[in-house]
Amino acid sequence: MSAAIDVRGLRKSYGPKSVLDGIDLTVAEGTIFSLLGPNGAGKTTAVQILSTLIAADAGEIRVAGYDLHRDPENVRAAIGVTGQFSAVDGLMTGRENLILMADLYHLGKQEGRRRADELLEQFELADAGKKLAMTYSGGMKRRLDLAMTLVGRPRIIFLDEPTTGLDPRSRHSMWAMIRDLVAGGVTVFLTTQYLDEADELADRIAVLDHGRLVAEGTAEELKRLVPGGHVRLRFTSPEEFTLAGQVLPTAVPNSEALVLQVPSDGSVHALRDLLARIDDASLAVSELTVHTPDLDDVFFAVTGQPTAAQHEEVMTK
Amino acid sequence: MSTTVSHPVSDIATMLRRNLRHAQRYPGVSLGTLGMPVVMLLLFGVVFGKTFKAGLGGGDFNYIDYLIPGILLITVTSGTMGPAIAVCTDMAEGIVARFRTMSMFRPAVLTGAVLGSVLQILTSLALVLGFALLIGFRPNASFGDWLLVVGLLVALTVAFTWLAVALGLVSKTPEGASNIVLPLNLLFPFLSTTFIPLEAMPKGIRWFAEYQPFTPIIETLRHLLIGTPAKPGDGWVALAWCAAIAVVGYFWAQKNYNKGTVA
Repeated sequence: MSAAIDVRGLRKSYGPKSVLDGIDLTVAEGTIFSLLGPNGAGKTTAVQILSTLIAADAGEIRVAGYDLHRDPENVRAAIGVTGQFSAVDGLMTGRENLILMADLYHLGKQEGRRRADELLEQFELADAGKKLAMTYSGGMKRRLDLAMTLVGRPRIIFLDEPTTGLDPRSRHSMWAMIRDLVAGGVTVFLTTQYLDEADELADRIAVLDHGRLVAEGTAEELKRLVPGGHVRLRFTSPEEFTLAGQVLPTAVPNSEALVLQVPSDGSVHALRDLLARIDDASLAVSELTVHTPDLDDVFFAVTGQPTAAQHEEVMTK
Repeated sequence: MSTTVSHPVSDIATMLRRNLRHAQRYPGVSLGTLGMPVVMLLLFGVVFGKTFKAGLGGGDFNYIDYLIPGILLITVTSGTMGPAIAVCTDMAEGIVARFRTMSMFRPAVLTGAVLGSVLQILTSLALVLGFALLIGFRPNASFGDWLLVVGLLVALTVAFTWLAVALGLVSKTPEGASNIVLPLNLLFPFLSTTFIPLEAMPKGIRWFAEYQPFTPIIETLRHLLIGTPAKPGDGWVALAWCAAIAVVGYFWAQKNYNKGTVA
């Protein structure tokens, strides 16, 4: 499989501040690649450079097989970009926005209108098509934005934080739309600060922190970077808790909460083994949960700082 | 080598349609800029008209006739406030970033904005001229003179709109954009022969008025419309100013539009 995006040694700084400090990455055709990082990590700058909006200071970049520096027009013809900030024309209706795109892609009058109506339907905007885009809700604007990106059927799509600020329902419908795109053979380069989003969508994830890639791999590979898989057993009586501690000597006890954490890789085999030992000792376990490391753990392990969500959790405890 | 095909005419037409649609949906700015020349015309032509007439020669001297060429110029400069603000606002929106990542004729976005504005300003000029005829403007221009007047006004409008668009692009806020084009609206028209002839000015101001671009343009229009004597070559000087302003405005604007992006 050839690479849709290939980047070697990408650098960009604003004055003395280095925003991207030597990035290498490869995105295979027809896959979703997620650039994951906290605010200010350099994600948007990376998208702006890869989409020809701003020039890099250094680095070899190929997008859709074209050298981005020497041949930006062919890159532009192959890509579609939905930025972090709404790129719709508020003084035009949803349909007019789509027709504007169709005209710029030179689809022809009839085909352009057909494509606009098809996308309005696909993005559940058919009813709102005649209303000015400035009156749309956040979720509708984002859908129109993505629909506009798709008018010219780009082979590679850049999505900069596509679900930031959306409610959970809009978020899930956006995810479904992104999956549909990839099913149709499109390559998606997505930035996000949400670990669950990267976990949910991406084939490969790169973690960006202070302008450097600190980890890269599939969600599974990244999770393997951190230890911490365990089975959590909760008890109601202190007697049972003490007994269980003797039966399961590797467990880490928390006597206040009456909780035992038994190290485990979470496999069926290991669980069956554990359950057998619980049965043999006739232990009364009130609750059992399997904890596999999630990307929050990964993020913490590779960047040394908690994500926003984890930080909040710590603060409220 | 690039294999993409450029469609300059089609892309400019698309951007022009977008611009005219904006004007139609949000006519406030275009109508607002029409107020300035009309107020000037009423103030100087009607309210102060008698005094100016007496001061400038009296008799059968028609001050409204004298005033209109300058008022037409003010209509143009006042009209350029619209594109300056519009372009500045547009640049802050995500949609222009989208255009910049698309394979399209790059100068189309600004060219479309300029053409849209030129059409609006020409409409304003027609309205102001109609109003002027209504309150007593009596030009004695021949058909050929009128063609030259229209040609010069179009050249003037194109030139000043490109300059205003460039100024709008270097402004950080729409308020800044409206302030930065203000000298075009006030300083240049007042320190020119819009309201009074050169001979009536104090020495320093007279020197500025004589060599700034507005005066030869106004004198040329005045010569064509009401047959006042013009300095030989004023017409060419007027055209040269228009060409120079257009070229500077165009390249300055496009340079700012492309700032920081891959060529």
